[in-house]
Amino acid sequence: MDKPQKHTWLFEISPKSNLLDFKFKEIWQYRDLLMLFVRRDVVTLYKQTVLGPLWYLIQPLLTSVIFTLVFNGIADINTGTVNAFLFNLAGITIWNYFAECLKATSDTFKKNENIFGKVYFPRVIMPLSITVSNLLKFGIQVLIFIVFYIFFAMEGSAGSISPYLLLLPLIVFIMGMLGLGLGMIISSMVTKYRDLTFLVQFGIQLLMYVSAVMYPLAIVSQKLPSYVSWIVEYNPLARVIESFRYMVFQQGKFDLGFIFLTLGISVAVFLFGLIIFNKTERNFIDTV
Amino acid sequence: MQEKEVILRVENLSKQYRLGVIGTGTISHDLNRWWHKIRGKEDPYTRIGERNKRNTVGKSNYVWAIKDVSFDVRRGEVLGIIGKNGAGKSTLLKILSKVTMPTKGIIRSKGRIASLLEVGTGFHPELTGKENIFLNGAILGMTKAEIKSKFDEIVEFAGVQRYVETPVKRYSSGMKVRLAFAVAAHLEPEILVVDEVLAVGDAEFQKKAIGKMQDIAKGEGRTVLFVSHDMDAIQKLTQRTVVLADGEVIFDGDTDKAIQEYLNQGLDTKPYHEWERMETAPGNDFGRLKSAAIRNEKGELCNRFSVRDDIFIDVEYWDLNTEYHNTAIIHVISERGQRLFASNEFNAPDWLNYHDKKNKGIVTATCTIPRHFLAEGQFSLLVAVGNYNPEIIHAVEDNLLSFEVFDDTTGDGVRGPYAGKWPGILRPMLNWTIKKEPLDKN
Repeated sequence: MDKPQKHTWLFEISPKSNLLDFKFKEIWQYRDLLMLFVRRDVVTLYKQTVLGPLWYLIQPLLTSVIFTLVFNGIADINTGTVNAFLFNLAGITIWNYFAECLKATSDTFKKNENIFGKVYFPRVIMPLSITVSNLLKFGIQVLIFIVFYIFFAMEGSAGSISPYLLLLPLIVFIMGMLGLGLGMIISSMVTKYRDLTFLVQFGIQLLMYVSAVMYPLAIVSQKLPSYVSWIVEYNPLARVIESFRYMVFQQGKFDLGFIFLTLGISVAVFLFGLIIFNKTERNFIDTV
Repeated sequence: MQEKEVILRVENLSKQYRLGVIGTGTISHDLNRWWHKIRGKEDPYTRIGERNKRNTVGKSNYVWAIKDVSFDVRRGEVLGIIGKNGAGKSTLLKILSKVTMPTKGIIRSKGRIASLLEVGTGFHPELTGKENIFLNGAILGMTKAEIKSKFDEIVEFAGVQRYVETPVKRYSSGMKVRLAFAVAAHLEPEILVVDEVLAVGDAEFQKKAIGKMQDIAKGEGRTVLFVSHDMDAIQKLTQRTVVLADGEVIFDGDTDKAIQEYLNQGLDTKPYHEWERMETAPGNDFGRLKSAAIRNEKGELCNRFSVRDDIFIDVEYWDLNTEYHNTAIIHVISERGQRLFASNEFNAPDWLNYHDKKNKGIVTATCTIPRHFLAEGQFSLLVAVGNYNPEIIHAVEDNLLSFEVFDDTTGDGVRGPYAGKWPGILRPMLNWTIKKEPLDKN
């Protein structure tokens, strides 16, 4: 057009893109937005009617009661020296964080169609903020767990705390990354298949049963033939939940190497999800 | 004058959309479709679509929402973007604001682009005004510190000082708009994209908003891309405007001319229209329109005339009337929609010779609009066929053709050598007679 290009452009918008460009720098630039979204979620949770926050108390407690009745009462699953209710509550508490993250992030595109259609910011901020703000709900549930833990500890049916409990942040991180990564993959698929959302609900249910939430990992290989039990034994979620229980009860299996392997898996799932997510974000608004 | 540097360059930007159904959108439908396919049955979901497509068979399934759009914006410039609905404005803005990606072409920018595509984006009703200012600002790309430093200004500009701690759900819609605009107007980004915000809010706020946008552009040296249907706002805010039509830039330049260009688009700018088949042409068993044309004195199709030119309008129609005498009718309408005059074929002295109620045929009636009659401007034509006594209109096509009349100051026109504004829709060359009596008669 005019003289030889001596322009230095700040950025370009073009159809080309690098698949492996994770845009971490951009995400960092928007860190304030991330925190404001988290704040929004927290504040609106707080401002909701009393039933909203209460639900986070009722849901794990009721589920634990039912599980205790069915799996320990009827099916007679042995939870060792640990009280069966507390055992189930532990599994549900850590499972819920994963499930909530997965559920809430899996409809990112659909739910935020309106805002995504108008303004640009790195879309991944949205699911990231959900994962962070879910920590609050997780915190609430951990508090409940602590209350019951103290109660059962006084009765002597809570096992004992393992020094590995220091690794709890790592466990939570793994669960968050897995939920977020899977959620991003699903949310990208939901832009193509709207009815996938129903399958997600169902899928999470199924996944829970093979993730050793309401039974010790060891019981699987005892009771089930090996061509079925591997589903649970090689399920990273099951290992993470089992590890969490080991941390608080010192009962069951704990394998540090496996924790780090799972960490690797969860980061890989997250990065894979991010690639798909970033690819979808470029044009999804044209298809929804 | 030294030109400022180019801050934004749009090069050959194109965006293609695919029409019709890509997938069915649900797994169950796709599975069902697959199940039908392996049994050798026809696709259960395409039937409806196929039927609808009947009159567009052969056309491509792809459309270009915008095609080869290129323009430069200089620092501090306020660029207007106008165009009819579907001209590609929104697509362009969506690409500019990175909401969607182009199919081809590239946008290069030296500044952050923030968009104000629709106000209140990301406002959460449960949050207070203050919380929403921070959230909205961050969504638009500001850091917390930036928002904090501008917070008081934003609140004051929006005029919501008293309600800063009130949840936004209790705000009136006007207040929400003001707040949203205030946040966006105080953005730091060098390039601000504004779309149709001024349509809302009361007159006072609109004035304030326009003033603010001028300040942004002039005082603060920021660049604004302003998209609107409101020609007044465009005129007030911009010197340069890009006109989009069918995804392409049809004009880029002086705003006044751009608005003219845009207004002209309301008309069919072709000087010619033809219906190929009698069966589908407008009309009935008494008469159907065949074609209409605007020609100059050489007989060529033309849509631009000097006030010094005769304008010839041909109306061609199938004259099928064996009961009454058909006549062609034209109306000439100004760009503001005033009906200037109507004229009929039956003014021709030999009219009845051609309409004897016996012979069907194709009639071409030509009307001459004499030179020195219309003033400069845009005119559109209504073309009709009918008969009087009784009055029946067989075919009528409003806004069928249009033409432009221009005036110059070569000296021999109605305006003489005067080059200034000349009033009136008509500019007839009339006869003047003059008498003059000397003063010192006695």
